[in-house]
Amino acid sequence: MREIFVIIEDFGDGAWELAAAARSLGEARTTALVCGAAEENQQALAKLFDRVVVFPASADGNWDAEYIAACVLPRLLSEQPYLVLLLHSNNGLDLAPLLAAKSNRPMLADCLSLEVREPGLAAVRTTFGGKVRARIFAKESSAGYLATLRPGAFTTSAPVEGAGILEGATAPADYQPRRRCLQTLTPDAGAVDITQAAILVAVGRGIEEQENLEIVQSLAEALGGELACTRPVVDKKWLEKSRQVGTSGLTVKPKIYLAVGVSGSFQHLGGVKGKPYMIAINQDPAAPIFATADVGIIGDLFELVPLLEEKIRAHKS
Amino acid sequence: MEIYVCIKRVADTSEVEIEVDRSGLALEEADFSWDINEWDNFAVEAAVQLKEQHGGTVTAITVGGEDDEEVLRRALAMGCDQALHCYDPAFEKADAWAIATILAAALKGRAIDLLLFGAVSADEGRGQVGGLVAGLLDLPLVSLATALTVDGAKAIVQHEVENGLERVREVDLPAVITVQTGINEPRYVSVRGIRKVAAMDIPVHGVAELGLAAENYASQTNRITLEELFLPPQGVGAQILEGSNEEMMNQLIQLLQENGGL
Amino acid sequence: MYDILGVSGAAVQTLLLLLAASALTYILRRRFGLLRLAAAEPRGGHWGERLRRLLVIGFGQARQPRYLVAGVLHIILFAGFLVLSLRSLSLMVEPYAPGFLSLGEPYATLKDWTGLLVLLSCVVAAWRRVVVKPARYHDRHASQSHTAEALLILGLIAVLMIADALIDGSFWLTGLSPNPPGEINLPAFWIHNTTILIFLCLLPLGKHFHVITALPNVFLSNLNPSGKIKPPSYSESNFDALESVGVSKLEDFTWKQTLDAYSCVDCGRCSDHCPAYATGTPLSPRMLSIKTRDAAYAAYPILGNIVPPQERPALVGETITDAELWSCTTCGACEEACPVMIEYIDRIVDMRRFLVDDGRLPAALQKPLAALEKRGNPYGKMARKRGEWVAEVAPGEVRILAPGESCEALYFTDSCAAFDPRVQQTAVAFANILTQAGVNTATLGAEEVDSGHEARRFGEEGLFMALREKNMEALESRSFQRIVTSDPHALNSLRNDYTIQQPVVHHSQVLAELLQAGKLPLQALADHRRYTFHDPCYLGRHNGEYQNPRSVLEAIPGIQTVEMERSRKRSFCCGGGSLNLFQETECDRRMGEMRVDMAADVGAEVVVTACPFCLVNLEDAVKTTGREGAMEIIDLAELVQRSINGAEQQPLEV
Ligand SMILES: Cc1cc2nc3c(=O)[nH]c(=O)nc-3n(C[C@H](O)[C@H](O)[C@H](O)COP(=O)(O)OP(=O)(O)OC[C@H]3O[C@@H](n4cnc5c(N)ncnc54)[C@H](O)[C@@H]3O)c2cc1C
Ligand code: SF4
Ligand code: SF4
Repeated sequence: MREIFVIIEDFGDGAWELAAAARSLGEARTTALVCGAAEENQQALAKLFDRVVVFPASADGNWDAEYIAACVLPRLLSEQPYLVLLLHSNNGLDLAPLLAAKSNRPMLADCLSLEVREPGLAAVRTTFGGKVRARIFAKESSAGYLATLRPGAFTTSAPVEGAGILEGATAPADYQPRRRCLQTLTPDAGAVDITQAAILVAVGRGIEEQENLEIVQSLAEALGGELACTRPVVDKKWLEKSRQVGTSGLTVKPKIYLAVGVSGSFQHLGGVKGKPYMIAINQDPAAPIFATADVGIIGDLFELVPLLEEKIRAHKS
Repeated sequence: MEIYVCIKRVADTSEVEIEVDRSGLALEEADFSWDINEWDNFAVEAAVQLKEQHGGTVTAITVGGEDDEEVLRRALAMGCDQALHCYDPAFEKADAWAIATILAAALKGRAIDLLLFGAVSADEGRGQVGGLVAGLLDLPLVSLATALTVDGAKAIVQHEVENGLERVREVDLPAVITVQTGINEPRYVSVRGIRKVAAMDIPVHGVAELGLAAENYASQTNRITLEELFLPPQGVGAQILEGSNEEMMNQLIQLLQENGGL
Repeated sequence: MYDILGVSGAAVQTLLLLLAASALTYILRRRFGLLRLAAAEPRGGHWGERLRRLLVIGFGQARQPRYLVAGVLHIILFAGFLVLSLRSLSLMVEPYAPGFLSLGEPYATLKDWTGLLVLLSCVVAAWRRVVVKPARYHDRHASQSHTAEALLILGLIAVLMIADALIDGSFWLTGLSPNPPGEINLPAFWIHNTTILIFLCLLPLGKHFHVITALPNVFLSNLNPSGKIKPPSYSESNFDALESVGVSKLEDFTWKQTLDAYSCVDCGRCSDHCPAYATGTPLSPRMLSIKTRDAAYAAYPILGNIVPPQERPALVGETITDAELWSCTTCGACEEACPVMIEYIDRIVDMRRFLVDDGRLPAALQKPLAALEKRGNPYGKMARKRGEWVAEVAPGEVRILAPGESCEALYFTDSCAAFDPRVQQTAVAFANILTQAGVNTATLGAEEVDSGHEARRFGEEGLFMALREKNMEALESRSFQRIVTSDPHALNSLRNDYTIQQPVVHHSQVLAELLQAGKLPLQALADHRRYTFHDPCYLGRHNGEYQNPRSVLEAIPGIQTVEMERSRKRSFCCGGGSLNLFQETECDRRMGEMRVDMAADVGAEVVVTACPFCLVNLEDAVKTTGREGAMEIIDLAELVQRSINGAEQQPLEV
C-alpha cells in the first residue's frame, strides 16, 4: 500500500483538505506529521489519518519551517513515503521546496488536482495567474514525490476516517537553528492592501452617500473580500485612497471583482488586471461596465446588495 | 557584502487574449510583451539598496534563452555590478528542478552572503526555485520577505506567514531570501539607463562552464514534464441575469460558487 | 562749486565712482561666476526678431498692462528710469565740468514732471506693498517675504527723486528759485550722486537684479515655438554619450536658465496664471526661479568661498522637490504671463530628466511608461488593436495604410483616441466628416505608436526617441499629402519634436477648411444652449491656433457662444494630457473642476474643446462638480458631426 505523508499546518480546513487529497489518490496509508499539537487537535487528526506523528512544538510555538524540516526529514528518508503533501500556503512555500531538494523528490507545486498515473504522478495547476491551466506529469521517481496543494481546491471528496494511531516523536538532538523568530506582527487594522485581495467588492458613485457604504462593506465581509472603490468615492473622502482602483489609483488582480454602482470607465477598469471573474450590479442597462463584466445584473443596488449578502451568509452557514 | 540575485524574464499577458498554440504545450506569444518578473524586480531593488548601504557587489543571474539577457541588462541598469547568463541550448525547457540545479552549479564555490530570489514568477507561479536552491546549497531560507536589513553576519527579515500575519526573523548569513512585492519601491529604469549598460560584458555560461553533464541537460534533469496547456472555461461578454431580484441573486450565488468566489 | 568739506568736487566724485565701479564689478563678477560654469545654450541669430522683442516687450513693456495698476506703475517707474538716467549722467559729469552736459529747458521740465510721477508711483507702490497686499505678491510656498527689499528700493528711488528736486530747486517741490542757496542744493547733490551709486551696487543683491538683467533676458529670450523642448544638451548631440542628463545642481543649468533665475522680478504673474498653483499643488513656478536664485546666491556668495555642490542642499530633491516638478502640466501659462520672458518648461523638463535618469519616477508613472516602451501606448493595450476603431467608421472608408501605399490625409490618432472608448467617438466623428467630404483618409493602425509627446515632457527622452524612431519609420515608408490629428499634443509633437516634410494640421483647422470650401453641410442646432470654446494649451498657447475652432463653432447655425474670461492665450489648463492622467498630484481641487466652474461662471452649458484629454478631464469634472445634465463637454468634431446629422439627433452619449 502507498504511504502518503502530509505535513500539518493547521487543524481546521487545511488538515481536512490534505486528508481529502491524500484519500483521493486511491488506497493509501496516510500519516500526518505535526510539530506541536494539543490533545484535542491530535484527536482531530487521528480521525482523518491512519497515523499521526507528533513532534514537540518549535521553540516559539509557531510554524517554523526550518525546525519542521529538521524533524520530518529523517522520517522521509527512512520511511520513503510515496508522496509528501503540503499546502501551497505562505508557510508551505517556506518549507516544501527545501524538503523536496533535501529528500530528492520532484515537486508538483500549487496543484488543483492530483492523479496517480503509473509510473508517475499527474497534476493540474494554473499558470499566468490563473489564466491558463497546465497538466503536468512527474516522471517515475524512486525517491517518491512531493506536492503542494492549492488551498481550497480539495474540498469535494470527504476524507475517509483514518485508523488514528498516535505516535510521539522527538526532535533531532543535533538541531542547530540558523534562523530565529524575533517577533510576530499582526497587521494594523486600518491598513488595507487591495492589491493582494482575491475578492474585491468595488463600489462607485451609485452608492450616493457615505452612510450607504455600510451595506457594501458588509457584503464584502460576507464574501471574505476587501472593499475597493472608484475615484469619485475617494474624492468625496468616503473611503481612503488606498482603496481606489484605476489608472490613477491602484492596480489590482483579484479572482473575483464585484462592481456595485460603478459605470466602468476606462480609467477605472485600467486598474483591474488579471482577467478576474467580474460581476456588475448597475441600474443602467447601457453602463459600459456590462461590456467588460462576465455577469451583469441590472437593478437597484440598494435592493440587490443586502439580498445578496443575506444569501451568501445563508450559503456559508 | 556579496549579493546574488536570481531573476527571470516573463511574458506580460495583461490585456492579451491568451491562446494555446497548436502543439498544446505553449501559448501564442505574438502579442506578449516581455519584462523582468515583477517579484524579481523587487529583489533586484532590495539587493541594490543593501549594496548601497553596506558596500560590496551585486551579481544578477538568469537561466534562460538568448533574449533573456534583456533582464540582466535591466538589472545592471538598476545598479547591479555584474551579471551571469546561464544559457545553453541544452537548458531549453528546463523545469524548476533543472533550473535550480543549474543555478546551484553557477553559485557553487562562490563567496555568497545573501542570495535573493523573487518569491514567485508571474508565469509559472510555482514559488519553488529559491527554496530548491536553498536546499541544494544547504542554506537557510526565508520566503516572502516584506522587509530586509542586514546586521553584521545576520539578516533581519520580515516575512508573510499564516492568516495575514508577518513574522520577523533573524537569519544567519549566508542565506536565501525570497522577496515579496511591496518590499520597496523599485527605481525606474530609463531607456537610456539600459543603453548605457549595453556594452557591459555579460559572461554566458553553458553546460561546459558550469561543469554539468553535457548533453540534453534539461531533458535528463527535468523531473516534471508538461503534458498540456488549456484555458479554463470562460464566459464571453456579460451574461445578463434575468428574473426577479430573488432569482437573480440565486443564480449569482451559483455562479460565484462555480468561479471560486464562495 | 561742488567742493565739500574743503575737498574738490571732482575728487569726491572720482572717489565715489571708483568705489562704486569696483564694488559693482566685484559683485557682478561673483554673480556671473555661476554663468561661466553653466551649460551651453545658443541664443544668437535672428537679431531683427530679438531687437523687436527688446523694443516691444523690453522697452515697450508690452506685457505690463495685463495687470493694470501694477503694470502702469511699472511703466512709469521704467520710463522714469530711462528719462532720469540722462539727468543722472549729467549730474555725474557736473563736478568735473559744471554746465558741460546741459540738457536744456524742455528736458528740465520733462524730468521734473517725471520725477514727480515716479515719486508718486513709489508712494502708491509702497502703499500697495504695505496696505493693499495683492494676493499675487505673497506666494503660498514662499518662506520669506520680499516686502522689505521692495520698500528699501522704493525708498532709495524716493530719496533720489527728492534729492534731485532739491538740487536746482524744482519749482513744484521746493518753491525755490532755480538757483537756490548752497546749503540746500549742495548736500542734495551729493546725496543724489551717492544714493544712485549705492542703488546700483544694491541691485544685484536681490530681486532688483532684474533692473540690470531683464532687458538682456528679453533680448536673448527663446525664439523657438514654446511647444519645442530643448535637447538634453546643446554641446553633445549623441544622447547616449552624455555623462549625465538633466539638471541636478546649479551648474547643470544653461547660462540662460540661470539668467532667468537672476531676472525674476518676483512679481508672481506666472504663478497667478499657473493652474498647478491655482489648484493647490506643491508647484509655484515663481518659486522655482526664486529658490534657484536664492540657492545660487548662497552657493556663490558675494563674500566668502563658493560652496561646492556636495555641501549644499540638493537642488533637485530638497530645494526644489520632486513633487513640485511632477505637478507641472507644461501648459505654458507661466511663460505667456512673464513680463521678462522667463522660460519654465525647459527648466522643469531638464530637472525631470535628471529624476528619470536617477530612477526617481512616481510609482504611478512606472507602469504607463513601461507600457509605452513595450506596447507603444500608456494603457498597456495590445498594439494590434490600435486601429480597431476604424471599424466604427462607415465601412471601408478609412483605410489602414500599408507600407508603400498613399493617401491624402493621414490621420495620426495617437494613443488616447485609438484606445479610450469615449475618445474613439471623436476619432470616428472626425473620420466620418473627412470621408463624407471626400477626403481620402487613412491611418497607420498598429504601426503607429504613441507620439511620445508626454514621455519627452516627463523627462524620459530615451523612450521618446525610441517612439519617434518607430513612428518615423512607419511614416517614411508611406506617402501622404499631410498629417491630420485630433490631438493637439500629437500635433505639437509631430510639428516640434519630429522632422516631417509634410504639413501637420489639427482637426479644427481641417474642419475650418472644409467649412470654407462649403463641404460641411451644417444644420441648425436649435437647442438654445450657450456654447463656449475651451482652448487646449497645446493647440492655442503652444501652436497659436485660436481662430479656426471658433470659426467652425460660430458657423453652426442656431447656437449662441460666449467666451470664458480665461480664453485664448490665457486659457486655463484642463489637467494635462496622457501621462498626466495617470498621476494623482496632491491638490485642493482638480484643474478640470476649476475650468468647468469658469465655464459655468459665464453661463456656458456646452464646453466645446478640441483635444482628447480636455474632453476626458472636463467630462470627469462635470461629474465631480455635480453638473451632469447641466453641462456637456464635446469635441468640436463631434459637434460638427451632430450638426451635420441634424438637430433631431440625440446628444452623443457621454
Ligand atoms: C485623469 C483621470 C484619472 C482618473 N483615474 C481614475 C481612477 O484611478 N479610478 C477611477 O475609478 N476613476 C478614475 N477617473 C474617473 C473616471 O473617469 C470615472 O469618472 C469614474 O471611474 C467613475 O466612477 P463611478 O463609476 O463610481 O461613477 P459614475 O460614472 O457616476 O457611475 C455610477 C454608476 O452607478 C450606477 N448607479 C447609480 N445608482 C445606482 C443604484 N441605485 N443601483 C445600481 N446602480 C446605480 C449608475 O448607473 C452609474 O453607472 C479618472 C478620471 C480622470 C480624468
Ligand atoms: S507650464 Fe503650466 S503648470 Fe507648468 S509651471 Fe507653467 S503654468 Fe504652471
Ligand atoms: S518668473 Fe516672470 S512672471 Fe514669474 S515671478 Fe518671475 S518675473 Fe514674474
